[in-house]
Amino acid sequence: MKRWIERQKNIIEFTLSSLIRRKGKNGALIFVYTVVVFMSASVIFFAYSLKKEASIILRDAPEMIVQRMIAGRHELMPISYKEKILNIRGVNDVRERLWGYYYDPVVGANYTLIVPRERALETGKIAIGRGISRARLANEEDTMEFKTYDGSIVDLQVESILSSDSELVSSDLILISEADFRRVFGVPENYATDLMVSVRNQKELPTVALKVAGLMPDTRQILREEILRTYDAVFSWRGGMMLIILSGAILAFIIFAWDKASGLSLDEKREIGILKAIGWETSDVILLKFWEGMAISLSSFLLGTLFAYMHVYFTSSALFEPFLKGWAVLYPQFKTTPYIDASQIAALFFLTVFPYTIATIIPSWRAATIDPECVMR
Amino acid sequence: MIELIDISKIFNMGKTNEYVALKGINLAVHLNKVTVFRGPSGSGKTTLLSIIGCMARPTSGRIKFLEREITSLPERFLTEIRQKTFGFIFQQLNLIKGITALENVMLPSYPSGERYSSLKKRTMGLFDMFNITDRAEVKVEWLSGGESQRVAIARAMINNPLVIIADEPTAHLDSKLSKEFMGIIDVLKSEGKTVLIASHDPLVYESGVVDRIVDLRDGRVDGAKVS
Repeated sequence: MKRWIERQKNIIEFTLSSLIRRKGKNGALIFVYTVVVFMSASVIFFAYSLKKEASIILRDAPEMIVQRMIAGRHELMPISYKEKILNIRGVNDVRERLWGYYYDPVVGANYTLIVPRERALETGKIAIGRGISRARLANEEDTMEFKTYDGSIVDLQVESILSSDSELVSSDLILISEADFRRVFGVPENYATDLMVSVRNQKELPTVALKVAGLMPDTRQILREEILRTYDAVFSWRGGMMLIILSGAILAFIIFAWDKASGLSLDEKREIGILKAIGWETSDVILLKFWEGMAISLSSFLLGTLFAYMHVYFTSSALFEPFLKGWAVLYPQFKTTPYIDASQIAALFFLTVFPYTIATIIPSWRAATIDPECVMR
Repeated sequence: MIELIDISKIFNMGKTNEYVALKGINLAVHLNKVTVFRGPSGSGKTTLLSIIGCMARPTSGRIKFLEREITSLPERFLTEIRQKTFGFIFQQLNLIKGITALENVMLPSYPSGERYSSLKKRTMGLFDMFNITDRAEVKVEWLSGGESQRVAIARAMINNPLVIIADEPTAHLDSKLSKEFMGIIDVLKSEGKTVLIASHDPLVYESGVVDRIVDLRDGRVDGAKVS
């Protein structure tokens, strides 16, 4: 066992000096490899974080939302519709919701204003998200001005800064009392933004939705399952942009591995011949090439993953931002919360490190089985 | 004794470019002696040395090393014999560029699993013997011709082999370095090593160190002479 360990140590020693010897070539290899891993890992981290954020948002989302539509546009919902829905068999509860967007010209951002269900805010008080707090330099006890629908100004005092698992939920959020909400937006007392419906039996949800549609043809019904499916389609491994980016990265990797597998340089072949001539066995040469492949692929994997982590969680996916995050209203600031899925990292490891190492060994094995005699000539 | 019995070697057998390098060689090589294989280019010297050194197998015939038949041994055992019994000095030296002289000499012993520190100590002993201690940490491409030659000899010696095989060792050396090389061979001989040299350089085969000259021509032994 001791000899075995010493043998590995000696061969690793030579592997490292061989890698340093061809620092130009190996440096380029590690660079390309790191970029490929970086792209793939960034996509995986980003997609996973967004999915995780989405699931946090949707965890408390109502089972069904009913919105009134006029001319294909979302309109205010008369609260009287509530009674009609409550009369449908299977419906457990119907509550009105008040929410909307407020454009703040001071920072050029949209805020999401919601009247909370669980938390009763005093009139004149608000709770704001971290993003707004950062953008407006607003802390507890500070006052924020709001311009109402008729042009007058309302001063609301910040009662607290919201803390949440997900920045996506809290970043641009303002919790406001019902009275203040109606004052700012001019929403009449008998109207709400939409209605939330809960049912006794989840399986009856589609039937209830159909009945609501039949009773109130001017409404649309949004089911939580549908939102989940949309998120999944956009951000899952199989869906949309993730697939395009990921397949691009994997294609680059295949070309790269193929290039490596297609042969050794003359210099490398000559060196294998010398090693065999001075007494190395074929298995020793393969071990050397295995450690070489491992050193390159493992360091590229670690570097790529580390850079991807920094890219996604420290720079808010600066490279993807322009074309991936544009789909949502994320003002004023959005930072993905680090979530790592070990199984996805393991998958990336097996998809990159192993094929590369094998791709390195095969041509070396072919070269190592030649007669060492050829170096005599 | 190394005994060659009816050794033939045919390259690319059955193809249009078939080439017969050795034709029925019968020879007994004595241990602890310096033997030179002399002959023009294409006479089969290198092929014969590579077969004796277990680097290649003969197409037909048998080789006995210390009474043991080694021709039919599997690749692994053949490598083991090559590693432990033979040390090679190549015409082109075949040192690996980019690494130090020390690493080049240690290289044949890396797979043996010997501790790095003890291997290094042994290697430095050889550097002392060949007077190149101060060149140990220098990359081989920075060494002079003579220094490179000594490093190549030290590498051949690292596994303390019974037999040293040198293929045209003076082909790229000037007269001074060639004589220096034969001086080193004399030292190795006095240490009890068997030395086999393929050469057509008079500075080699006319040297007083040489015990026996075997003449080769067209893949056959043309005659043998004992000095």
